[in-house]
Amino acid sequence: MLPKRSWSDQKIENILGNLLRAGVLLSALVVLVGGVIYLLRYGQSPVDLRAFRGEPSDLRSVGGILRDAIALRGRGIIQLGLLFLIATPVARVAFSIFGFAEEHDRMYVVVASIVLLVLAYSFIGSTWS
Amino acid sequence: MTILEFSLLVCGSSLIAGLVGALTGLGGGVVLVPLLSLLFKVDIRYAIGASLVSVIATSSGAAAAYVKEGFSNIRIGMFLEIATTSGALLGANLAARVSTHAIAIVFGVVLLFSAYFSRKPRSQADREVPPDPLATGLRLNGSFPDADGPRSYNVQHVPTGWALMFGAGALSGLLGIGSGAIKVLAMDQAMKIPFKVSTTTSNFMIGVTAAASAGVYLNRGYIDPGLVMPVMLGVLSGSLLGARILIKVHTKWLRLGFSLVIVLLAIEMLYNGLSGRI
Repeated sequence: MLPKRSWSDQKIENILGNLLRAGVLLSALVVLVGGVIYLLRYGQSPVDLRAFRGEPSDLRSVGGILRDAIALRGRGIIQLGLLFLIATPVARVAFSIFGFAEEHDRMYVVVASIVLLVLAYSFIGSTWS
Repeated sequence: MTILEFSLLVCGSSLIAGLVGALTGLGGGVVLVPLLSLLFKVDIRYAIGASLVSVIATSSGAAAAYVKEGFSNIRIGMFLEIATTSGALLGANLAARVSTHAIAIVFGVVLLFSAYFSRKPRSQADREVPPDPLATGLRLNGSFPDADGPRSYNVQHVPTGWALMFGAGALSGLLGIGSGAIKVLAMDQAMKIPFKVSTTTSNFMIGVTAAASAGVYLNRGYIDPGLVMPVMLGVLSGSLLGARILIKVHTKWLRLGFSLVIVLLAIEMLYNGLSGRI
């Protein structure tokens, strides 16, 4: 292997590492804030998760979650934090495409793009409404 | 039970699951679903959703540390992620179509497999395999830092590994687990990738695999914020704590104890699934 390429690989991996850490920390913070609001409001209500009803529609879609979070509803803010969390690995894949392009590795630009397409299909195909 | 009490109890249990999962290297995800559905009587679909989200958190958190060490191979990871994410899409869509009894039974079997896998001795550190034309063409062969400089390795049996990864992704999407054990099995045993490279690359892939199912879960209403909040925060703190004290504890007995817990949970899941209680 050319030394230049392994240096570049290492650099990409460092940036990826920081990206992952930042994403997880940000999401945990948002979930914590949402959790405190949620518990202050509903902490004394009884739990009801024995039977599956599915979440209300506003907590199932990106648009609905954003509206709820802006209205400072605890559950909406938690869901927003979870969206950040889910977006972290997706951002990692998106960033790898640039990394591979930087290394002129066309084959892996294509490979990473396919992974991103599958992720986009899972997300946009099913939740953006 | 009030929501506050429930959240604190779930958060505490998840913290322990994450801590033990990190210390034993078995991951906390595999015990979360049985814990939530058997002990806290949460519907298994909510439990699966909460577990899947926590898996993304722990794997991204751990991968952040691993990638900097230079063990994980991003090309192997990316190439196999095509298989795991497609599998995960299939599994997550399947989760909505099969009965909860069936999910509980499959879960029990996977738990038994995890317990067996955790008792299995790790494969030999030194093995030299010849380069494989397909792996070479895909530029999967790599090197990792060793005591005396970088050591290079060759990758074998790419199609078998790919097929196993598709299966690992499908189970991850169906059960809301990271299925790290199957990913390591595919890389270490089938593709002959060195163990340390296999485990770190597997960890790197788990988050992306789980993200593929997460969109489907969210849309189907499996992700309940009130449940995911304590689970995710608990597991994440537990696994971060576990990574810090990893070096100081003797993990042999802990691994044995944890495997026993997994076997008990497996029997309980199988019993509940077969008798139609879940």
